[in-house]
Amino acid sequence: MSRTIFDKIWDAHRVTQTPGGLDLILIDRVLLHERTGGVALRGLQERGLPVFAPDQAFAVMDHIIDTRPGRTDRTLMPTGTDFILATREAAGKAGIRLFDLDDPQQGIVHVMSPELGIVLPGATLVCPDSHTCSQGALGALAWGIGSTEAEHALATSTLRVRRPPRMQVRIDGELAPGVTAKDLALALLGRFGVGGGAGHVVEYAGSAVRALEVEARLTLCNMGTEFAAFTAIVAPDEKVLDFLKGRPFAPSGADWDAAAKEWLSLASDADAEFEVERLFDAREVAPMITWGTSPQQVVPIDGAVPAVGEGQGTAESQRRALDYMGLEPGARLTDLPIGAAFIGSCTNSRISDLRRAAALLRGRHVAPGVKAICVPGSTQVKRQAEAEGLHEVFQAAGFEWRESGCSMCFFAGGESFGPQERVVSSTNRNFESRQGPGTRTHLASPETVAASALAGHIADPRQVAAR
Amino acid sequence: MKPFIRLTATAAPLLRDNVDTDAIIPSREMRSVSKKGLADGLFAGWRYTAIGSREPQADFVLNQPRYAGAQILVSGANFGCGSSREHAVWALAEYGFRAVVAPSFNPIFQGNCIANGVVPVVLDGEAVASIAGALEEATEPLLTVDLEAQTVALVDGRSWHFDIDQEARGALLAGLDAVARTLQLADEIAAFRVQDAARRPWIYAPVKRALG
Repeated sequence: MSRTIFDKIWDAHRVTQTPGGLDLILIDRVLLHERTGGVALRGLQERGLPVFAPDQAFAVMDHIIDTRPGRTDRTLMPTGTDFILATREAAGKAGIRLFDLDDPQQGIVHVMSPELGIVLPGATLVCPDSHTCSQGALGALAWGIGSTEAEHALATSTLRVRRPPRMQVRIDGELAPGVTAKDLALALLGRFGVGGGAGHVVEYAGSAVRALEVEARLTLCNMGTEFAAFTAIVAPDEKVLDFLKGRPFAPSGADWDAAAKEWLSLASDADAEFEVERLFDAREVAPMITWGTSPQQVVPIDGAVPAVGEGQGTAESQRRALDYMGLEPGARLTDLPIGAAFIGSCTNSRISDLRRAAALLRGRHVAPGVKAICVPGSTQVKRQAEAEGLHEVFQAAGFEWRESGCSMCFFAGGESFGPQERVVSSTNRNFESRQGPGTRTHLASPETVAASALAGHIADPRQVAAR
Repeated sequence: MKPFIRLTATAAPLLRDNVDTDAIIPSREMRSVSKKGLADGLFAGWRYTAIGSREPQADFVLNQPRYAGAQILVSGANFGCGSSREHAVWALAEYGFRAVVAPSFNPIFQGNCIANGVVPVVLDGEAVASIAGALEEATEPLLTVDLEAQTVALVDGRSWHFDIDQEARGALLAGLDAVARTLQLADEIAAFRVQDAARRPWIYAPVKRALG
């Protein structure tokens, strides 16, 4: 019988079925971070339960650690140090490999896991973090869970899950020059809405997806959670093999050969069926920018804030968003002055993101009054960027150059952009007060963030020549 | 986990779509490495007049005297979207909420509800709007959620059937803990892993392998 990639992975991991029809799914990797992982480990330890397979669990500091140079366990977030210390202690007790804040392999969990080959095609991977879907870009079944489910996965190496329905989003055609995976992810949300994934495993397929490099696929899959998907996945191909080969936690030798053969066989069969099939034309996508407080409130960069009643969401939610963002329908996005620009997060902080942004910033300077920050996604990304001299490009352009971490993607009581401050951000959420109380976030690609920082207002990156 | 069979209680309407977990419990309110002490921060951005303040925002639904002691929340589509933080459900539960009625839920949030004995009730948008309207007009804004019968009922007699995953329903009715049940299958899991390791050796012992 024909099967999708999801079916192949699911069936290979099904230990048994419960009387109530849930599948008991073997979990190959559990990832934890200090924000929600420490509490899960502690919960388990309070119950006196050991970790079933500590060698297959990993913890990393990324969420609330300081990203300013010379960081220590102290955080800008009040009580943040408690989370760091608790996670360090609990990971030590559990015998779990911890990537601590000074570890050369530390990074945002969804950046460092692919980078180290912790996530592998065909594997099941969970993490108490909604953006775990990012890692589906390598052909893994990777999904976000809560802390209680993380305790379950740690204690039993399994999860009880109702088999989710399947959706294929087939994206054909070529992305235009200057248009990125981030723009594609935002355009999909604009078209199908934040409820569009409706709990399905969403397989991104089609020539436009095949054409994306692995890092770009990570960006596309990252916003699967914004799409309300169970998770997102892309079939592994030669690009994924090239990406993974030689990574520290990836197999080598005969294991690699056997693994690679199996991974290439995971792709959905040609006649496999999905509960929902959607088509999308990559040629329609322009650089995108959000105007509101939901990622589905998005328009092409040369567009205007839509009239109430047009676009995604209820009229009431649009009015709330207009009020929060300080906007009127009809306002052109490129007319909006900005106070800050942020490049970072599990969506867009990998080396390819930084290279593309640097190409626009090289030999230029951000507009007066713009606070500009770049936070590499991992310590390895930071070091690679520095080896290429990119840090000098960012710094010469007026960007702060930080240590890796989640940083100002979200406000935890520490650093903030300030009330009513308008920020163009390469992150994934523009919710009310996400980046600080009253802060107005516009989501976009790293190129659009760079171009906007230079201009001092939201700007089309296609109008800045790369250097 | 406290079993849930049926509950008649004050229900608060918060009829907004896409209520995200940052709104339910802002990250700045997650101050300790604990599942407790979160009720005070529930909906902090909407519930209080300013960041860090505890002065009630008078017009926010939970601050209206008629909804004091609410145990059921009625809200819009895609409830609980955003961050996977289980703190959102812990905050709702600690505040006293035992059920949320909405047209749809974010999948992770829905799982978190079930893990904590909070019933996620899915009704279509029209039914949710009718219920919210009736609650706003009622002298006493009461609602009954009957998990056994899978119904939601207003005091005026109108009621709606809802569907829920039967395994989730069973766990909620009994207040069962999933880890304890799964650990009864530990031998089966271990045997499965042995077979799997022969087939996919590269999945196992990654840390040892990385150390060479």
